[in-house]
Amino acid sequence: MATETLTGAQGIIRSLEMLGIDTVFGLPGGAILPTYDPLMDSSKIRHILVRHEQGAGHAAEGYAAASGKLGVCIATSGPGATNLVTPIMDAMMDSVPMLAITGQVNSHAIGTDAFQEADIVGITMPITKHSFLVTNAADIPGVMAAAYELATTGRPGPVLVDVAKDAQNAKFEFSWPPKVDLPGYKPVTDPHGKQVQAAAEMILQSEKPILYVGGGVIRAGAHKELMKLAELIGAPLTTTLMARGAFPDSHPQHLGMPGMHGTVPAVTGLQKADLLITLGARFDDRVTGDIKSFAKGAKVIHVDIDPAEIGKVRHADVPIVGDAKVVISMLYDELKKQLGTKKPDYSAWWQFLNGLLEKYPLGYNDLDDGKLAPQYVIERIGELSGPEAIFTAGVGQHQMWAAQFINYERPNSWLNSGGAGTMGYSVPAAMGAKVAQPERLVWAIDGDGCFQMTNQELATCTINNIPIKVAIINNSSLGMVRQWQTLFYNERYSNTDLHTGTDTIMVPDFVKLAEAYGCLAIRVEKPEEVDAAIKLAMETNDRPVVIDFIVGRDAMVWPMVPAGVSNDAVQYARDAAPIWDGEE
Amino acid sequence: MTQHVLSLLVEDKPGILTRVAALFARRGFNIQSLAVGTTEVEGVSRMTVVVSLDGQPLEQVTKQLNKLVNVLKIVELENDNAVARDHMLVKVRTDAATRSQVLEAVTLFRARVIDVVSDSVVIEVTGDSAKCQAFIKVLEPFGIKELVQSGAIAISRGSKSMSEKVLR
Repeated sequence: MATETLTGAQGIIRSLEMLGIDTVFGLPGGAILPTYDPLMDSSKIRHILVRHEQGAGHAAEGYAAASGKLGVCIATSGPGATNLVTPIMDAMMDSVPMLAITGQVNSHAIGTDAFQEADIVGITMPITKHSFLVTNAADIPGVMAAAYELATTGRPGPVLVDVAKDAQNAKFEFSWPPKVDLPGYKPVTDPHGKQVQAAAEMILQSEKPILYVGGGVIRAGAHKELMKLAELIGAPLTTTLMARGAFPDSHPQHLGMPGMHGTVPAVTGLQKADLLITLGARFDDRVTGDIKSFAKGAKVIHVDIDPAEIGKVRHADVPIVGDAKVVISMLYDELKKQLGTKKPDYSAWWQFLNGLLEKYPLGYNDLDDGKLAPQYVIERIGELSGPEAIFTAGVGQHQMWAAQFINYERPNSWLNSGGAGTMGYSVPAAMGAKVAQPERLVWAIDGDGCFQMTNQELATCTINNIPIKVAIINNSSLGMVRQWQTLFYNERYSNTDLHTGTDTIMVPDFVKLAEAYGCLAIRVEKPEEVDAAIKLAMETNDRPVVIDFIVGRDAMVWPMVPAGVSNDAVQYARDAAPIWDGEE
Repeated sequence: MTQHVLSLLVEDKPGILTRVAALFARRGFNIQSLAVGTTEVEGVSRMTVVVSLDGQPLEQVTKQLNKLVNVLKIVELENDNAVARDHMLVKVRTDAATRSQVLEAVTLFRARVIDVVSDSVVIEVTGDSAKCQAFIKVLEPFGIKELVQSGAIAISRGSKSMSEKVLR
């Protein structure tokens, strides 16, 4: 094979190019300086200089989640690397394919507490799918190719490549493709035919099945297969926070989102089902509530590409390890074969669920203080933007409302921090998504708390012409925490007031802040101003837009299952639990 | 609490011991003992982990371990088809009066004396953990000055080799 003499740094850039990487987010520093030099000459890779490494990490996540491709971020050693820890953990929890490249001090200085030395491989060990420390330039192509394979195949996740500065500077013979040496890595994608057959039989024997769809279906790109399966059997379906968009909200079989803030039909559908057809979901505590009382009468079919998810939280009667796309299409074929021209009859089940859908639709009330209802703002953003847009969210009330009140019709249109619950995710993630899909309208729906954690990336957006739209749902407080204080701490509001509303000292003034970053900034306080502001934002594409929606702080997220309580206790609104007609 | 003996074949890569140990800590699995060393195959190490589980199924442990990229193979070695051995070095106080009794115990347990001075001996013993514990009990009355013990190592009975299938 032809080789070429390169430095390790050139080897990193060349490897990225050979892997088809076109965008990286990062911020240089001492230990990664050698790599930034050849990066400047690459015509294939666009580097976007962020203002904080956390922004690079979340941007890489947003890029990956919007496009399905690998997201890449780069940082220097020490604090540069540790600033990536939060997005790495976030990517781990939500199975986002991400490659984090960090500089490390010279190999002979490792272990001496050298300037900006941090054991980032050690620090990130429990929050990466795998990690590499490279001290020899010749290892770079093989490690880069292995990192790519690990991050993007099987259950996707973050992979860290930490490269000592002397390895970046050393010369070696580069050739491509390198040998990828991963003898212990064999993800199972094709399921056991017998298990699929058993699942099909169980589905046809059930009277009250429900499709419990998780984020794995989106990562696997299995939404088309899911649609065929769902329509073949006609069973009700629920999409978790991570799976919003895997199945159209407009579809009559869709009961909405399950879990702590799920719809009454979805929560109750899971509770009363006799079979959970679990596809790429992991029985997260925010879905199940108290696990002992979760879906007590149901058998479980559990499909996941990660064998360790099966049986981790809930016993699976039919475990199926495999890629969701492969498994679902096999399951469809098997069901079609067993059904022939018949169709399962779930009419009694649907009658019960339709009653719930009619009686407990998602909704909200106007606020007593006459302030703007946050749910209304989010609903209007969704309606005016349409299903082709991408929506990212931070974490808290606005995230839940964005999951509830926007109709998602396609996968990868809803990006959020589900497992980790990372405040500050939305602005950098929206930036990454907009870079990945520049033709799409990208909204960051953010809270006033979250926005203050990562808004410096607005500078990155303005300078690099990444015209995202930010909707700050400004209730002048850490809203979700405040909601819990209202409900469970006798309205004692310990440290949740942020003073960003118009009737406060307004520090910071988000309009002035956004203007300082070169954004178009709009403040909205009345319902009649909402549509015009959203439309103006949608029409403005020469710079980012920030809308400061001043909303009432007493709005709460409903329905709600309090933490650690049985999902049977779902409350539709404050002090309003659904009444079961004689059942149980 | 149930005890299981796991044998892991792992790539001999830096950090693999940390990865395994950290996984046990993070997932709340208790390690009773852990022994690691080279094998008949270059670049492959073998770990013997004795894990005690309180309610959790062993399956979760092996599945999580299998997710570690450097782990090549895991088997559970069960009592009836495997042998496990601990290795122990113990320094016992002796004097003219007690030395012969100590040496008698050494013979009974098929242990070996590897160092003798006027007021103590160092004894080496190998066996399953029950034997080692019993030996300690016998020596205690004489006064144990120092004791060091390896984790268990274990191997299956019969002619099959653990590395056969994994490593062409």
